[in-house]
Amino acid sequence: MGHIVIENLRKEYSNRRHFSRSPGSNPAEYREIIRVLDDINLEFEDGEMVSILGPSGCGKSTLLRIIAGFDKATSGSIRIDQKEVKGPSPNHIFVFQHSALLPWMTVRQNVGLGLRNIEDKARMEEKIKEYIEMVELGGFEHHYPYQLSGGMQRRAELARAIAANPDVLFMDEPFTGLDFLTHMRSREETVNVHEYIGKTILFVTHDIDDALIMGDRIVVLGGKPSRVKMERTLHFPRPRDFEKYPELGKLRSEVFLMLGVPYAV
Amino acid sequence: MKSTLDSKNLPILLPVLAFSLVLMIWELMVRVGCWSTDVFPEPLRVIISMGELISDGTLFKHVISSLFRVTIGFYLAIALGIPLGMLLGRREIVKHLFNPVIQFLRPISPLAWIPLSMLWFGIGDKPAVFLIFLSSFFPLVVSTTAAVISINPVFFQVAANFNFNRLEVITKIIIPAILPSIFTALRISLGIAWLVVVAAEMIAVKSGLGYLILDSRNALRMDYVIDGMIVIGAIGLFIDFFMKRLGRIDSVFWASATR
Repeated sequence: MGHIVIENLRKEYSNRRHFSRSPGSNPAEYREIIRVLDDINLEFEDGEMVSILGPSGCGKSTLLRIIAGFDKATSGSIRIDQKEVKGPSPNHIFVFQHSALLPWMTVRQNVGLGLRNIEDKARMEEKIKEYIEMVELGGFEHHYPYQLSGGMQRRAELARAIAANPDVLFMDEPFTGLDFLTHMRSREETVNVHEYIGKTILFVTHDIDDALIMGDRIVVLGGKPSRVKMERTLHFPRPRDFEKYPELGKLRSEVFLMLGVPYAV
Repeated sequence: MKSTLDSKNLPILLPVLAFSLVLMIWELMVRVGCWSTDVFPEPLRVIISMGELISDGTLFKHVISSLFRVTIGFYLAIALGIPLGMLLGRREIVKHLFNPVIQFLRPISPLAWIPLSMLWFGIGDKPAVFLIFLSSFFPLVVSTTAAVISINPVFFQVAANFNFNRLEVITKIIIPAILPSIFTALRISLGIAWLVVVAAEMIAVKSGLGYLILDSRNALRMDYVIDGMIVIGAIGLFIDFFMKRLGRIDSVFWASATR
């Protein structure tokens, strides 16, 4: 469960200008079609961790939102386990860029969102406890999100997402705004959680190192409109290190070059 | 000396100072001014007649009547205004339909409704309750609508992601999200309701603090008039203090903590 097929996906926005650029111009020109994504064909295997990489504004978050059902494609199809994606579903949970924990609920209540249909309350509590402890937030069950640090908030959200037992997990720049050390730790935790639950994880990032260290595969988007510029499966065992695997280091320079930075600093 | 002036006591000390200053100016104005003490009684006389009003039970009776009317009118406004505001905030089409009417009715002072309400509801509690309802209904609708519109859309996406049904969206997203702004709105509209009750009681009823003031004026007892004013102010202060306290409970406090 968690097999994703994307075929001929295209996304366009129509931008309505309020004023014409020059007086007397054709009113039809008020509308401007902006094509963001074009000709996207991808297939992700069950249990794969895929990093989607690209420069800012390339539409990688849009792509993720479309796959998750929060946004509609202009044309093309997305199927998760042979089923056309029509909207958001508890089978594929989205972890948002900025904390989307409900601020009026405690950690326990937030993590319980995906478990609220369990009839047996004692079993529900047990499950909640299990997931909270998995992300090492034991003892913080009754804290509100504002009482947690940035890293703890992300962990609580991750616990909430996997508690719902989804087939696919979407993460949109999950480490934005964390300090360096927390970022490194969160990266490791995400990899561990993936290894433990074995679900498909798609995560969008602009951080090349995150993509290469974490992903089973990387997909690089680029161009205007964005297309898939590179797709590479990474067979390197974890923990990964650029010095341990010179191949990975070479790939890193390649991606840097592809994204418009001539040399990796 | 040092212990009474430390910063802990200041929030109590300073207001006491201000109230004493007002009392002193009042006393001074009575002595220097050219009004007779029947028209402008001195503080001591007002305090003595306050004692009379308390001991014979009239004050208590009037306070209860006023609070009763405010409570009924205010609960009616909450029961109708907040759901309507939520509907207006969530359904674009309902908003376009009703918002102009609401914005049109809103600036009409509740006092302008006095003639109509007396003809519709006769004499007694009903017209007063209706006026209080009107005074708090519109502010509650408008602020509930604004609060619902400003909810972070990500929370609705989370709700969709976790497959919330409509009731869950209301009870787990909308209500807790707007609660902090609703508390502010309740505080403000309860203040307005308290303003209006006094005016409403001057027309159609034979009890309440507004009636006390009107009746005392007719009897030329300005000391009772001022007593009425003091009690109105004191209760208003207490209500505001109480509503502020409510804003500190956990389910509301998250908003002030995250800001």
